[in-house]
Amino acid sequence: MIALLIRDLRLAIRAGGGFGLGLAFFLIVIVLVPFGVGPERAVLTRIAPGMLWVAALLAALLSLDRIFALDHEDGSLALLATAPLPLEGVVLVKAAAHWLTTGLPLTLAAPVLGILLNLSPEATPWLLASLGLGTPALSMIGAFGAALTVGLRRGGLLLSLLVLPLYVPTLIFGAEAVRRGAEGLTALPSLALVGGVTAGCFALLPFAAAAALRVNLR
Amino acid sequence: MSIWEYANPKKFMGWTRPVLPWLWALAVACIVTALVWGFFFTPDDYKQGSTVKIIYIHVPSAMIAINAWFMMLITSLVWIVRRHHVSVLAAKAAAPVGAAMTVIALFTGAVWGEPMWGTWWAWDPRLTSFLVLFLFYLGYMALWAAIEDADTAADLTSVLCLVGSVFAVLSRYAAIFWNQGLHQGSSVFRAGRPDSVAEVFYLPLMLSIAGFILLFLALVLMRTRTEIRLRRASALEARMRSA
Repeated sequence: MIALLIRDLRLAIRAGGGFGLGLAFFLIVIVLVPFGVGPERAVLTRIAPGMLWVAALLAALLSLDRIFALDHEDGSLALLATAPLPLEGVVLVKAAAHWLTTGLPLTLAAPVLGILLNLSPEATPWLLASLGLGTPALSMIGAFGAALTVGLRRGGLLLSLLVLPLYVPTLIFGAEAVRRGAEGLTALPSLALVGGVTAGCFALLPFAAAAALRVNLR
Repeated sequence: MSIWEYANPKKFMGWTRPVLPWLWALAVACIVTALVWGFFFTPDDYKQGSTVKIIYIHVPSAMIAINAWFMMLITSLVWIVRRHHVSVLAAKAAAPVGAAMTVIALFTGAVWGEPMWGTWWAWDPRLTSFLVLFLFYLGYMALWAAIEDADTAADLTSVLCLVGSVFAVLSRYAAIFWNQGLHQGSSVFRAGRPDSVAEVFYLPLMLSIAGFILLFLALVLMRTRTEIRLRRASALEARMRSA
């Protein structure tokens, strides 16, 4: 499992593409927001938590189809399926690698971009915590969506249609935590719910994703 | 005789053929009676005026919209466990019907909401979860349409349906957590409670719900028959090509 994780991380970093692209996309979306809604600081402060979450979510979406597609094309996915490591474990590792290359950088970049949107300083720790807890769920759900669409030639658009509705609970709880943090309310319940969604995703979705992969490899 | 024998496509085609016209007739009779009764022979609400009559379409379509997904969940499970083709085809057949009912519920809700709440749309938990449900229907249908191999499509959409059900329920409770509602609570199945629908509206509403259930059954059976015929046609084509 660890070998697979290291291999995936290396591929993601050296082959270019996914790693920096998601971050750049995140930056551009956040820069575009003030152009769209106007530069008033009060307005930006109000919408900052939600915009940061939505932008992070879209940035995570970008690289989802790469989770399995490349391995499917060159046949290494079939090899992984016959390996002694159960396919559920492969899914878990793939999702973890995706998180390490997109979710984690997005989380770390978010506070900096928060300054651009005039996010209130009290909210920054909550932003870090909620993105840190929530983006693994995005990766895991995305891995499930990628497993469903791996056999399709133009699966990218379909993938987003399938995955985005599944992102709703994570987004609601995550953005709510930051908003409550920004208003000085207690954000812990929302944060706990984000953690709950993530834990549930990691417990259950590998089985669904592995089942989908088996069907696609048939 | 076991219930599973009805899953045999030939038998399914056999018993649905005589049943369908009756279902259609009953559904149309129920809905027409309920709507005429509801629209012309029930009094206006003292506060809402005649807009209250939207309830005869709004509530039944919303119920079907949710229960159609439950039906798809069950038939998908049956497909995964017992691999009856008719079962998964019924799920495929139910999806567009459920999506249409979701749109009807959202539309009638908007038409009703405009005079009552002063707005077509509010980000209320019920409204929001219905919109999310509609997106789930869209995703489900899109996945069916995208995959060429029939069995692969059946397997993948079934898995999606199972996962989607969990997330649909989760979204529902997340939405409650997220925003307080404008939509009232359920006032239909609580006889004798003070917040229940009044008797005069209750009977035509029940009839309308029965009519919508029958309509849903008729549509799903008809669409399932079409799907079975399509399957047969494509199997014939494949055989002709190989021969």
